[in-house]
Amino acid sequence: MLNINILKDGEKAVYVLEGRLDTSTAPQLEEAVNGNISELKDISFDFANLEYISSAGLRVLLSTQKTMNKQGKMVIKNVSEEVMEIFDVTGFSDILTIE
Amino acid sequence: MKKTFQCEAKIENLNTATAFLEETLEEIGCGMKESMQLSVALEEIFVNIAHYAYAKTDSSGKIIPDTGSGQMSLTLVAEDGKVYMTFEDEGIPYNPLEKKDPDVTLSVEEREIGGLGIYMVKKSMDEITYENKDGKNILTLMKKL
Repeated sequence: MLNINILKDGEKAVYVLEGRLDTSTAPQLEEAVNGNISELKDISFDFANLEYISSAGLRVLLSTQKTMNKQGKMVIKNVSEEVMEIFDVTGFSDILTIE
Repeated sequence: MKKTFQCEAKIENLNTATAFLEETLEEIGCGMKESMQLSVALEEIFVNIAHYAYAKTDSSGKIIPDTGSGQMSLTLVAEDGKVYMTFEDEGIPYNPLEKKDPDVTLSVEEREIGGLGIYMVKKSMDEITYENKDGKNILTLMKKL
């Protein structure tokens, strides 16, 4: 189960995630991001209530980061210890901007 | 403690398999970090089996994911402060330990999308063994709690 709350303001958008970002829910996030991405210069993800992430979720973050490197910036906020561990193991903590 | 979960190797059964694992981990008082690592490992292995174990090949021998079907089982054993997860299927012989690790030091532009699943499993488990016996793929992951 994943809830996605999008707070959009012009060229800025915050994606507030709640629940699990896994094989079943990653397509939902991909769709939510791809729906707006062409008009965005500043994307943030709020992970305060994200309980779980697997490689399916990492795939969506990487492809979004690739796009945003060309047209603006992307930040991930409020990462839990458990999710951070996954970012560290996969080297994602070096390629993502985590605040 | 020993429990077995059996299902058809299909992505739609992943949530039930995860619930089976998480309930068991809760019963034995597993910590949040280890619980998440075990759930991620289950997902990565389960998804691979569901996509590829029973997949058919096209005329050139290329595997087409999600084309076949068959059974798989997941057995959980908790003893002496260790959790063992054993996956069994009767599909195409496949040893995930032979898969080459991705380079996790590459930049965003150089990184490829995908290929991280098995690597995450290798990094987070304490021991992984694979054998192909009596036409079965048997993969056992062990995590110390």
